[in-house]
Amino acid sequence: MSSSWKMHPVTQLFLARFREFIRQPEAVFWSYVFPLVMMIALGLAFRSEPMEAISIVVQDGGGAELLAETLRGSKSLIVSSGTELQCRQQLRAGQSELIVVAETNNSAAGYRFVFDPTRPGSIHARDVVNDVLQRAAGRQDPLKTTDVAIAEPGSRYIDFLVPGLIGMGLMGGGVWGVGYAIVDMRIRQVLKRFMGTPMKKPHFVAAMMFSRMIFMIPEIIVVLLVSRFLFGVINHGSYLNVMLLIVLGAFEFAGIGLLIASRAKTLEAVSGLMNLAMVPMWIGSGIFFSAKRFPEFVQPLIGLLPLTPLISALRQVMQEGAGTIAILPEIAVISVWGVLTFAVAIRIFRWE
Amino acid sequence: MSLAIECRQLTKTWPGNPPVEAVRGVNLQVERGTCFGVLGPNGAGKTTTIEICEGLVQATSGDAYVLGKNWATQADEIRQEIGISLQETRLSEKLTVLETLTLFRSFYRSGMNPEDAIAKVSLQEKSNARIKSLSGGQRQRVAVATALVGNPRLLFLDEPTTGLDPQSRRDLWRIITEFREAGGTVLLTTHYMDEAERLCDKVAIFDRGRILAIDTPQKLISDLGAEHVVVFTVSGESAAALQDDFGISLPGVISVRIESEHRCLSVREPHIAIPALLALINERSLRLTSLTTRQATLEDVFVHYAGHRLTDENSGAVR
Ligand SMILES: Nc1ncnc2c1ncn2[C@@H]1O[C@H](COP(=O)(O)OP(=O)(O)OP(=O)(O)O)[C@@H](O)[C@H]1O
Ligand SMILES: [Mg+2]
Repeated sequence: MSSSWKMHPVTQLFLARFREFIRQPEAVFWSYVFPLVMMIALGLAFRSEPMEAISIVVQDGGGAELLAETLRGSKSLIVSSGTELQCRQQLRAGQSELIVVAETNNSAAGYRFVFDPTRPGSIHARDVVNDVLQRAAGRQDPLKTTDVAIAEPGSRYIDFLVPGLIGMGLMGGGVWGVGYAIVDMRIRQVLKRFMGTPMKKPHFVAAMMFSRMIFMIPEIIVVLLVSRFLFGVINHGSYLNVMLLIVLGAFEFAGIGLLIASRAKTLEAVSGLMNLAMVPMWIGSGIFFSAKRFPEFVQPLIGLLPLTPLISALRQVMQEGAGTIAILPEIAVISVWGVLTFAVAIRIFRWE
Repeated sequence: MSLAIECRQLTKTWPGNPPVEAVRGVNLQVERGTCFGVLGPNGAGKTTTIEICEGLVQATSGDAYVLGKNWATQADEIRQEIGISLQETRLSEKLTVLETLTLFRSFYRSGMNPEDAIAKVSLQEKSNARIKSLSGGQRQRVAVATALVGNPRLLFLDEPTTGLDPQSRRDLWRIITEFREAGGTVLLTTHYMDEAERLCDKVAIFDRGRILAIDTPQKLISDLGAEHVVVFTVSGESAAALQDDFGISLPGVISVRIESEHRCLSVREPHIAIPALLALINERSLRLTSLTTRQATLEDVFVHYAGHRLTDENSGAVR
């Protein structure tokens, strides 16, 4: 036995976990490839492109021909026409954003817009069509305006998405990696066998936690590198802060995984509990869209979910270059979750 | 010198509906340097008792002292000095034999080299094989090696040879014997009476949470009062209708039992019992188709106690 650290129980327990993990190709695949595939797919689906032309439909009737002619003069509109029934059908199916009807019942020309006001695309279409028609009728705008198009890195959807996916990876990896492994060891009576040795419980728990952190690092480096080279996602903050958040996040979710697995006796039970814990965060913690979209009264609750502060802090650092001080509130919530879950889990843990 | 194990009035009731009284007042003393065997039918409370001694199960009442120490206050010191092999553990299949033993070795302050533990169970050539690729008997030997790697003074083995082929069983007997010769104490459970007779200085026969008998195998056999067994078969017209206790009234016959097609008489003096048996067979106009005698074994003791249980408890509430 060469050096003493090599024969330390934490080192050996860590090595055992590490070997079990890397000798299980499926586990490696799911934890490293899945977040990557997700990022690439979503990054491609939501890549920033110039706004597409707006589809609208002109309802048949008096003056419809002239109206359609006028509208076709605008490059930003795709104009079709049809009977009232066909128009409604197109609107319902989302093929058109807006129905335009020429009104000719009196001497002055007028138009009727038919649309669903809860559809943002329809409201936009209405404004564009209105502008085109008013200008064609000779409207003079009193103010001169100029449009400047920008696509600044850091403000695109992919820039928003990458921190969300890192947070999701930390959550899934911690909860599954720790929870599943522990229940599996309990079923195999390995935990009970360990209890028959002088192994110290904190050593076991520490090894589970360290192994989680070590497994997360390559996963996150891969996500950061691929997002950088494929989509030009840049970290505007310091890598030290990103690292700090990753370590804290791994710790937090290892604690949650440990708590979920602390008494479960079967893999079915633990899977159910893990999903129960993770679903609210998948929906509420702002992985794919901002958590601020939820109503005001649930915001305090959402803010306390373990994943919300992690993703929010990662976004502040990566997108806005926030410093350590700015993310202290988030760090506090994450740490409290980590410490609390570990403390409770160790207390109620079932070894046999 | 203090005892290796001492149990006083141990009881264990497993919670449930209804609760199971697995251990009901067990007193046990295991002297240092001896091998103690725990025998008994399935569900007798053997594993529960041994796991209380291993500090893995909390007794409902009573005390268990191990190597003169108390589980309540000196648990860590006891764990440094015992080695255990559970009735059922599935070690991590992805690890190799050497990795597994190195892991277990790291838990102990002192102990043997993992390689030496592997050599003790003759698995050197499998040292770098994953547990997954081992046979059942080889896995069992790895389990025993994990019990040995901390250089224990006391070894707990719960059914260490169940499912092993005769050669593997003998290999394990050799390991246990060597451990004893080096001064170690062993507590083992087994369903093999020949194994208990060969390995154990003392055995206890458990049944329904109690100890029915506890002594050296030789003493238990001689206490039967019948050190010989007469085994015979008969045929003839009235053979099928023969009572189960045919022969019980013969001189020198202590007990009677049926083992498949054979009838066994436990007798004190074969030279008196056999002529009387032959006379009785003649009288009933049966035909003797086989007759042998053998020395009584622990198996006869076990069956004797099991038989008592069945006749004591003819209410039908027998497992
Ligand atoms: N964890 C447990 N929870 C509830 N009941 C249990 C538990 N473990 C054992 N029992 C019950 O306690 C009784 C004794 O079990 P134990 O395992 O000690 O028997 P055993 O003598 O080792 O049997 P075997 O020869 O089959 O291994 C059984 O009736 C069993 O059902
Ligand atoms: Mg048992």
